[in-house]
Amino acid sequence: MDLILEGIKKAFWLLITFDPEVMGITLLSLEVSGIATLVSLLIGISTGVTVALSRFIGKRMVVSLINTGMGLPPVVVGLFVTLFLWRNGPLGFLEILYTPTAMVIAQTIIATPIVMGITLAAIQQLPQKLRLQILSLGATRLQMVWILIKEAKLPLLAAVMAGFGGVISEVGASIMVGGNIKGYSRVLTTATVLETSRGNFDVAIALGIILLLLAYLVNLILTQIQQRERPR
Amino acid sequence: MKRRIGQKIFLSGVVVSFLFITGVFSVQAREKTVILATTTSTQDSGLLDVLLPIFEKETGYFVKTIAVGSGQAMAMGEKGEADVLLVHSPEAEKKFMAEGYGINRRLVMHNDFIIVGPPGDPGKIKGAKSCVESFKKIASAKALFFSRGDHSGTDVKEKAIWEAAGINPEGEKWYRETGLGMGQTLNVAAEKKGITLTDRGTYLALKKNLGLDILVEGDAVLLNIYHVIEVSPGKWPRVNSAGAKAFAGFMVSKETQGVIKTFGVDKFGSPLFFPDAGKKDEELGEKIITKFQAPKSK
Amino acid sequence: MLLQVPSLSIQEEEIFSLIGPNGAGKTTLLQALSHLLKPFQGEILFRGSRVETNHSVLGYRRKLAMVFQEPLLFDTTVLNNVASGLKIRGMKRDEIYDRAMEQLERFGIGHLNGRSAKTLSGGEAQRTSLARAFALRPEILLLDEPFSSLDPPTRDSLMEDLEHILQQTRTTTIFATHDRLEALRLSDRIALMNKGRILQIGSPEEVTNHPANEVVASFMGVEAILTGKVIKRNGGTFIASVKGQEIEAVGDIPLGETVVLCIRPENVALSILSSREGTSARNVFPGKILKVTSLGLYQKVQLDCGFPLVAYVTNHSLEELSLVEGKDVRASFKATAVMVIRK
Repeated sequence: MDLILEGIKKAFWLLITFDPEVMGITLLSLEVSGIATLVSLLIGISTGVTVALSRFIGKRMVVSLINTGMGLPPVVVGLFVTLFLWRNGPLGFLEILYTPTAMVIAQTIIATPIVMGITLAAIQQLPQKLRLQILSLGATRLQMVWILIKEAKLPLLAAVMAGFGGVISEVGASIMVGGNIKGYSRVLTTATVLETSRGNFDVAIALGIILLLLAYLVNLILTQIQQRERPR
Repeated sequence: MKRRIGQKIFLSGVVVSFLFITGVFSVQAREKTVILATTTSTQDSGLLDVLLPIFEKETGYFVKTIAVGSGQAMAMGEKGEADVLLVHSPEAEKKFMAEGYGINRRLVMHNDFIIVGPPGDPGKIKGAKSCVESFKKIASAKALFFSRGDHSGTDVKEKAIWEAAGINPEGEKWYRETGLGMGQTLNVAAEKKGITLTDRGTYLALKKNLGLDILVEGDAVLLNIYHVIEVSPGKWPRVNSAGAKAFAGFMVSKETQGVIKTFGVDKFGSPLFFPDAGKKDEELGEKIITKFQAPKSK
Repeated sequence: MLLQVPSLSIQEEEIFSLIGPNGAGKTTLLQALSHLLKPFQGEILFRGSRVETNHSVLGYRRKLAMVFQEPLLFDTTVLNNVASGLKIRGMKRDEIYDRAMEQLERFGIGHLNGRSAKTLSGGEAQRTSLARAFALRPEILLLDEPFSSLDPPTRDSLMEDLEHILQQTRTTTIFATHDRLEALRLSDRIALMNKGRILQIGSPEEVTNHPANEVVASFMGVEAILTGKVIKRNGGTFIASVKGQEIEAVGDIPLGETVVLCIRPENVALSILSSREGTSARNVFPGKILKVTSLGLYQKVQLDCGFPLVAYVTNHSLEELSLVEGKDVRASFKATAVMVIRK
């Protein structure tokens, strides 16, 4: 119990003093996971909408693949990204293993199927005839897609939250492809693991609390938007 | 028509993503980056946090520390995925050198391994002079024992002691492998009131929250020696040999050795590592026993 | 849905209905006409020129507006919904607002403009959907069962308003419905569809009184459809034998020819057997009541007169004549009430 209180005290101390290392770690976490979420939104929403709107043989299979991908274990992603980015791996020439870029890539791979799956479900749950209605209002295909996305904005916001929540709290892939390098690729989760194994439970708890606060804040903002958009 | 638009959207998504990935982070130049593969103990003890900033400031290199077990660190070296190793698994290191994966293996420092366990001493091994003897007692008492099980230097050392004791603990109910780093394994042992083999540095760093006592120490078998090895650029041309050389040189430099000597004294009352640069492996065997009888847990 | 329509032309300013049972292909035809579905074969001409060669599909589609059975409103305000088609066309804000408000007023829902579309009742929502279509000032309005989801009073008031608005705008309208009464009320011409084919095109009077075949007759409300053979000709009328009974009908048909006779139930009168009241009807048959079914305001009486016949009687007559199952009655209908389909 002392340990927990101590940890909470330490967390507030680190927060109110703007401890440069903790701030750096927090900012990097936000940056890496934020960019990964953005990129996964671009890929996930565009692909999700495309799959939802097109008819092709094997669609069912593709859909179940995407749904399986929603539960992609981060360590498996980490392993494969590492294998690809190794100096002697197929993408070794990029020289980006153990960099934040590699972490963005791994987190993007984790978040994309989540966004894609939710997008797919969100678009499919719209009435079939809505598409025809939009086209008959004179929309181009692109306008139609845009209107459909707007119609599905509430579940799509959930996709943003799920994607961001998934990657900011992820540790396995980040530690494997980022290397948990101090001041460079150390994020909240990997720092928490390190401080725990160092026995610095107070710092670990502090980092954990910051992580929770961060996730809470981001979700709070998105929920605000969602609630505001909800019909009165 | 439908598909064409879909493709357009998809492609533009991919392009924008790529811009994001490449644009946001400037990738460090390869020549200026050194990948150091090392054991968890050097990172968990905090030693590298002190040494690396000095090195980086002096030389302008950027060190990426990948803290894994000694076994994995050498596996990375074999594949050319690391430039320089700081490891503590002498037998495996010799094999690594013999196979031509490394050059310039140099002694950096040592500390020692100790056997720690709950104050109740479930294996009745406290004060034993021989490490092998105490392992036999643990086995016959079926006292709970935690192994790293990760082919790290510590793990290799522990397996060697079991072998010397003529016991194969694998699969025994009282013998459990954590698959974790040293710090976490110590936490598990503390939580489950088990015995484990640890390096002294990590133990001292974690001691305050553990509630584990030193049960056996001082046996020559328990010596824990760290070497720095430059990965041979002959096998893998992508290896940054200049950076590796600079780092290895830094580790054995007088200044660094001085830092190692005093590291941890202010916090734990005794140093965590003992600088050994320039010595030969054989010189260490004798001294260790006398040196480590002094620090008693407070 | 496979559709086979050799040709169909819609006149400017007419209200053209597609009717038929569910699954007849009405919706498919509407979607093909609006180029939402691409026909395997054939083409669509707009004012005499082929759509795909002389107009862009998008340009053509922007001359149309379509309203579906479900309102399919967007998750925004009523005003934004009505404005949506205009926004898609990139029109100026002020103009959009004026046009949208004008249509809202026209459909009597101006006061709802700020409401969220999700909170509307079914009738309000469908009015919004119609206003959204009219805001586009379409050259062709396509309606796909727009009243089917509404309860009867709502449907009546909306249909009345729509009828009135269409009279004002003279918008060319293609109206798909499975309800013949809706079609009869609004249409200039009606096409009757079944199984992907158009069976008959004609004015409401034509399809009601001169059905092209049994299917049309049945869909237009004929209950008794009888096959017989012409056995006697009589200067403008003929007598056909149906299961041994002789039915007189109007027409000039050669002897021996097989004909189908259609008798609408509202044209069949019933009286009690003993009554000797004179009737001008040429066809009088005694029969037994097989079944009486209430249709609410009136009753459907199924008879066996040697051939099956159905009559509608008012609730009042049912009581007066004490018509019950098993009772013998006298059924009569005029020769002119028999519609003849030649085979």
